[in-house]
Amino acid sequence: MTTTTEKATWRSSGGVRGWFGRQPGWVRGIIVLVSAILAFLLPYAAEVPLIGPQIVTEGIDWPSALFNMSYYVLLALGLNVVVGYAGLLDLGYVGFFAVGAYGTALLTSPDSVLYADTGWKWLMAVPVALALTMVAGLILGWPTLRLRGDYLAIVTLGFAEIIRIFATSTTTLRGDRGFASIPHPPGMWNGKPIFGVTDAVPYFWLGLVVIILVILGVRNLDRSRVGRSWLAIREDEEAAEIMGVRTIKYKLWAFAIGAFIGGLGGVLFAGEQGFINSQTFVLQFSILVLAGVVMGGSGNMAGAILGGALISYIPDRLRGISLGDTDLYEYRFALFGLVIIIIMVLRPQGLIPSRRRAMELKDREKEVAPQ
Amino acid sequence: MSEPHKETPEELDRANERPVDEAAPTGGAKLDEPNPSPVRGEEVLLEVDHVTLRFGGVVALNDVSFSLRKGEIFGLIGPNGAGKTTCFNAMTGVYRPTSGAIRFQGESVVGKKKHEITRGGIARTFQNVRLFPEMTALENVMVGADAHHKTSVISALFRLPRFWSEEKSGRARSIELLKFVGIVHRAGDVSRNLSYGEQRRLEIARALATNPTLLCLDEPAAGFNPAEKEELLQLIRKIRDTGVTVLLIEHDMRLVMGVTDRIVVLEFGKKIAEGTPAEVRDNPAVIAAYLGVPTDAA
Repeated sequence: MTTTTEKATWRSSGGVRGWFGRQPGWVRGIIVLVSAILAFLLPYAAEVPLIGPQIVTEGIDWPSALFNMSYYVLLALGLNVVVGYAGLLDLGYVGFFAVGAYGTALLTSPDSVLYADTGWKWLMAVPVALALTMVAGLILGWPTLRLRGDYLAIVTLGFAEIIRIFATSTTTLRGDRGFASIPHPPGMWNGKPIFGVTDAVPYFWLGLVVIILVILGVRNLDRSRVGRSWLAIREDEEAAEIMGVRTIKYKLWAFAIGAFIGGLGGVLFAGEQGFINSQTFVLQFSILVLAGVVMGGSGNMAGAILGGALISYIPDRLRGISLGDTDLYEYRFALFGLVIIIIMVLRPQGLIPSRRRAMELKDREKEVAPQ
Repeated sequence: MSEPHKETPEELDRANERPVDEAAPTGGAKLDEPNPSPVRGEEVLLEVDHVTLRFGGVVALNDVSFSLRKGEIFGLIGPNGAGKTTCFNAMTGVYRPTSGAIRFQGESVVGKKKHEITRGGIARTFQNVRLFPEMTALENVMVGADAHHKTSVISALFRLPRFWSEEKSGRARSIELLKFVGIVHRAGDVSRNLSYGEQRRLEIARALATNPTLLCLDEPAAGFNPAEKEELLQLIRKIRDTGVTVLLIEHDMRLVMGVTDRIVVLEFGKKIAEGTPAEVRDNPAVIAAYLGVPTDAA
């Protein structure tokens, strides 16, 4: 009795997830391991006969496209904590990405006023930049604690714009001129630096390692008191507080952890590109990541990962494809919008919905056609 | 505005007109059998001291005073809009009284945060069920159990020993509570898929998980049929027997009369009667309030 109850209590659902959940531990372990290895082999996807050439991007170097996907996935994972778990609609997520990237640039780029004092390597700048983004998360979180839904969305939108405009108009942050020569991540292999200028594969692998660590961390939080508190706040904030949840504390943690993950994306981005300016961090970016999270399945990590990868992959894949005289890349956002609309019409719960959303929508199905 | 009551007078009438014979299934105590609490003491647990609560020009509570003793089942009754739920909300920190004091175990709860009051030992359910609909029944209860846990974000992130021990004990306790209220077979289902009666029970389990000294039930029998009401009565007694003091808001007079030790009657935000069920039943002011007879004619 107890054992069946214990098993049933966590994830019980149908479909692929249900099947996955019913497999013994070792089967699940092997599946996860194989998927991770396959992810690491993605740069060589072009070598796969028949399918490979269809997958890889044409207008942009495939490993670079993969790296782009990796930081979009990171951003989607972070935003998923804020929006999907805690239910705090954040439209200014790019702000944290910017703080992470600018933090790195300020500490390491020769263009920075701090360079004479620090002149740090990329790795030394990382913890400082991440601490900075967490503080930025708290700065955004604190005044918005009483806000919900639409109101919160508007304030967060303003937050991202403040950061962008601040970066544009402050001389220290150099606006359009930006920061050049941001150092790459460290490491030597056969006498050559691992993280060079031409080959993006190591950056993708680095991104992948970071993603895996983030997945493990967020999963641990999700399956604990912290995750339960976030969900309770999302479902009914007042009831949660009356049940003893310290809502302020957990909302701030959601912002801080979301910001931290967004900042990770930012430091990776700065380390790969070597150059950032205020044009990099436009509002469109936040909307795109949010679209990815919702499209993939808000509140579910697998969904966020898929959504994040797609929002980066689809436009990149359209590069260099011509239809008659027009380059499809010109119409990437129009086509992309169309794809999102189609997905949301056919699968409103997202591509890989959270267990809970899936159940909710399944319920509605029953309402329509009772068995 | 002041009272989020949803029931129509018709519902109230229906609830009160139900013949009592229909109710009790075999074996259970009859609804209107008096049932004094064995563990009841004289120690005051909660004191509502001259509490007035105004919303603009509306006086929702007008100089209300009463006190709860440890171990009893206390009824708070009155017609729609009498201020019962407002009184509840003032106790649990949702509203702040305009004047007056509310003391729990000798300590003022006025101005405390809602989660502090909960951890202090007052748990409640809601008139309109307010579960976390997309979480499983077990997760709902575990949120309540988490109220006294100390697992931090860091210990959850790195799976430190405290996480494991609290997760294990919290889970075991939550399953026990689901058994206690009789819905353990639904532990793994998201709570929105539970039946209405199961949801009401789940709310009670979630409130009990916060380990309360005082459990406040806001119309737990609303929408129940007589058989379900009888089961609920037994559950309330069972809760009382574990040493938890119960404060019950209820419309159904028979249910209240059958289970409570003492009753306070509110009407238009004022206390109009206090006493044992028998005393209150014969009180002319109460009869007038419930039957709508003008007080001067009664």
